Amino acid sequence: MKTITKLWIGLGIFAVLSPLGLLLPEHFKAGDAWGEWGLDGIKELAGYIPKGLEKLSSLWSAPIPDYAFKGWEEKGMAFLSLAYIFSAIIGMIIVVFAVLLLGKFLSRKK
Amino acid sequence: MHIPDGYLGPVTCGVFYAVMLPIWATASRIVKKTLKAKQVPLLAIGAAFSFVIMMFNVPIPGGTTGHAVGAVLVAILLGPWAACIAVTVALVVQALLFGDGGITAIGANCFNMGFVEVFAGYYLYKLISGRSPITSGRRVIAAAIAGYIALNIAALSTAVMFGIQPLLHKTAAGESLYCPYGLNVAITAMAGEHLLIFGWVEAAVTALVVKYLQKQDPDLLEAGEEVAE
Repeated sequence: MKTITKLWIGLGIFAVLSPLGLLLPEHFKAGDAWGEWGLDGIKELAGYIPKGLEKLSSLWSAPIPDYAFKGWEEKGMAFLSLAYIFSAIIGMIIVVFAVLLLGKFLSRKK
Repeated sequence: MHIPDGYLGPVTCGVFYAVMLPIWATASRIVKKTLKAKQVPLLAIGAAFSFVIMMFNVPIPGGTTGHAVGAVLVAILLGPWAACIAVTVALVVQALLFGDGGITAIGANCFNMGFVEVFAGYYLYKLISGRSPITSGRRVIAAAIAGYIALNIAALSTAVMFGIQPLLHKTAAGESLYCPYGLNVAITAMAGEHLLIFGWVEAAVTALVVKYLQKQDPDLLEAGEEVAE
């Protein structure tokens, strides 16, 4: 099998395993990454919500926020894991197509 | 390491967009000259790998989480300029589609992970590898060290961006407008957790894939050497 084929398969395996990135932090009670807290989190930590931060934080509403489907937040870890895998697949497909498209313009013909 | 919207003030956001524009332009120019059309699929795989590896949040029990970036690996495989483009694409998709990293901070996040980490990792790898053969064990160690140190430099750069906010923007009452933590706190936290845990994850990911490719397809690693020159 060609290496490149194996690497594509490897990406598929990563997608399926991706919920580990959700379940392990949950299991070990690890919170947000440093500096990536939501407004509630920052109020708890710093004692106040910085004014500019509050204003800018809602600037962009992503279609699949935090790799979870809207409305699925309360459905439990199994559903969140499923959404996480979907997010990994959707994200990778878009990334791949974006790079292939860019690569059309940004590569030597021969 | 994905700085969200609101943690950096307009000055920092603007400066790093301005810094990244010529870097992106240079990357495009160089990649257009050096990347072969048949290497484009590998670049796509590299970008997708970086995208997905960042979803593997590693916990510090009872504390925070972090993740590898995969930027050093892509730089080893395709050279730093192509890696810069690959990581940029991954970060832009994460920001726009998944809200992971702010849109105002895309310049800053790309600077940290797509430029600082990529170039630091690439040159460390080159330096430590020296003239060793493509399949030598020295290159696996070089990949590990480059991954570890480069991720830590990127984390430090991120921490400095966070930490200068209270110096730049304060209300009359002394509250910060954006990131509330100064350099001391930000650097201690970010450097600590990346030195302790997340750097090793980047080291392992980078070294394992290099080791795998040495066995599976040394030519592919060799091609990476050429494209970078």
